[in-house]
Amino acid sequence: MNQTQQSHCLDPDDFGILLKILNEKGYLTVGPTRRDGAILYDVLESMYDLPIGWTDEQEAGIYRLKRRDDNALFGYNVGPHSWKKYLFPSKTKLWSATKKGAGFEIDGEADAPPTYAFIGVRACELHAIQVQDKVFMGGIFQDPIYTGRRQDCLIVAVNCTQAAKTCFCTSMQTGPKVNDGYDLVLTEIIDEARHYFVIESGSDVGADILKELTTSPAEQDDFQAAATHIENAKKQMGRTVDMTDIKDVLYHNYDNKRWEELEKRCLACGNCTMACPTCFCSNVEDVTDLTGEHAERWRTWDSCFTMDFSNIHGGSIRASIGSRYRQWLMHKLATWIDQFGSSGCVGCGRCIAWCPVGIDLTEEVKAISDSEEGDRNGTHQDN
Amino acid sequence: MSYEASKKYPMQPVPFHVLKMQEEIPDCYTLTLQPEFNVVSSFSPGQFYMLYVFGHGEVPISVSGNSFEMGTLMFTIMTIGSVTKALCSVCVGDVVGVRGPFGKGWPLEQVKGRDVLIIAGGLGLAPLRPLIYHLISHSADYGIITLLYGTRTPDMILFQDELASWDDRDDMRVFLTVDSAGSEWHGHAGVVTELIEKIGIDTVRTTALTCGPEIMMRFTAHALLGKGLAASDIYISMERNMKCALGHCGRCQYGPHFICKDGPVFAFDQVEYLFKVREV
Repeated sequence: MNQTQQSHCLDPDDFGILLKILNEKGYLTVGPTRRDGAILYDVLESMYDLPIGWTDEQEAGIYRLKRRDDNALFGYNVGPHSWKKYLFPSKTKLWSATKKGAGFEIDGEADAPPTYAFIGVRACELHAIQVQDKVFMGGIFQDPIYTGRRQDCLIVAVNCTQAAKTCFCTSMQTGPKVNDGYDLVLTEIIDEARHYFVIESGSDVGADILKELTTSPAEQDDFQAAATHIENAKKQMGRTVDMTDIKDVLYHNYDNKRWEELEKRCLACGNCTMACPTCFCSNVEDVTDLTGEHAERWRTWDSCFTMDFSNIHGGSIRASIGSRYRQWLMHKLATWIDQFGSSGCVGCGRCIAWCPVGIDLTEEVKAISDSEEGDRNGTHQDN
Repeated sequence: MSYEASKKYPMQPVPFHVLKMQEEIPDCYTLTLQPEFNVVSSFSPGQFYMLYVFGHGEVPISVSGNSFEMGTLMFTIMTIGSVTKALCSVCVGDVVGVRGPFGKGWPLEQVKGRDVLIIAGGLGLAPLRPLIYHLISHSADYGIITLLYGTRTPDMILFQDELASWDDRDDMRVFLTVDSAGSEWHGHAGVVTELIEKIGIDTVRTTALTCGPEIMMRFTAHALLGKGLAASDIYISMERNMKCALGHCGRCQYGPHFICKDGPVFAFDQVEYLFKVREV
């Protein structure tokens, strides 16, 4: 255990103090709130903005909130929002410019973004942030908007102690336990005797904040209880994906019949790409005001499910919906590995729950792998 | 804005003014641009820039000028969409925004010491012109340079004067073809792949570099493979929808590749399997 790693027990009633400390340090605390029948990320002004005593029920195409019989602060899994809404906002002005003589001049810099403290980041979500870090900060060009929001962002992670039926982080090796990249991590423990958090620091900043909290030292029993609760989430994991040779399996299956089945089912609504915490594709639009003297460039989230996405002179490259679903799935699980060295899927299950027709990525991968198995054993043996 | 600032804010265009505007063929113009301020902008043949017309939008365009002429950039643009239309409507002295250069260009090092077969279709000659300038100014480093160029009709042939001057050179030969023409055309008629049959190629010594419509590059690559060229000795320049050129917008993905940073030029063996897939 290094110096920054300290473990303590925190009373849930004192959770608000953590938020207060963060606010006093200048952080804008954002995290899960209950709104419109879902758990959405928004500003947390107090701990009572958290969905205390609520949980969610998720299945393919299904998401419902329901009451718990306790007052858990983090007794639910991931909802339709992800942290990309803060780091990679859905609509951002990249710059504005004013006409000057025959030319134009880019206007001054935009206001600095707030310094965020993300409250309640799950293990899969932390992995998703790290995946987007590689996209926006790991290449030849760094995205100044993402970088500006990410660099001083504080992460208060939460270990999952239950899993949704749509969860498969264990298959993706991204959870349910948080391993790195956090400032503080909490495990919420609720048993017959007590309701409390085991809180651990993962950075110097986190350790300093931890010192300011009223806590009691964590004992061996507390670590054991935390481990048991996390183990519980593993046992509840609703779905699995066999990731063995996944890249090769998919690369071999550009022509699989399954894509034609998806052509019939997928509505190309793009929900999966909006809910996905790693999807990063964007559109750029240049606009002017009515005088024509002032121009702006806006970046908005985009989806590979739209016709416009692949449009070049002569039409859309991916005219069929099946080819668009294939692009998305191939990218998540295969080409992403070549592009960024890791899977683009973190196993959060959002795309499954938020698909209006309940298309299940894990089921599609299995169908393709199974048919590959058939190919290997039979039809293409001579190849 | 300085070059450093454009690195820091890679989505911000740098103002260049239009030094020269020349109509090449109907609806196709070559713009010569000069930076408003002191911007270092050197490129490698085959690379592209993002060109912005105030308020209209931005498009990726490959450089068509000489990479040794420091200080100016040349782009040959066909009016296809609203932005290219706006670009072709600018006047000398107007200002356009420029970002770049982006991407990997033609493999100048890999073709050293080899015969170079250049196969262009239509506007595809424009991104190949900087390569030709490079080859003929370093002709001692290369073997025989052959250009096969096909367009739809004779009036669509780009850079006619230059084609003649290239053909006059001892180190270069030029063969033209058009898809269709009237009786005034005395040259070859037919698709550009037919020219491959007409010329002698030393398949071991030759590297082929091709740019044009995707279907033309597909047939060209297959014809060359049929002649016995290795897929790794055939290069193509790909095109996809592109919004940022930085590897961030995701639009130009082509299998595992981002056209903007891994391309636009690819060795055919990198992408051959993708050419076999529809709608990829």
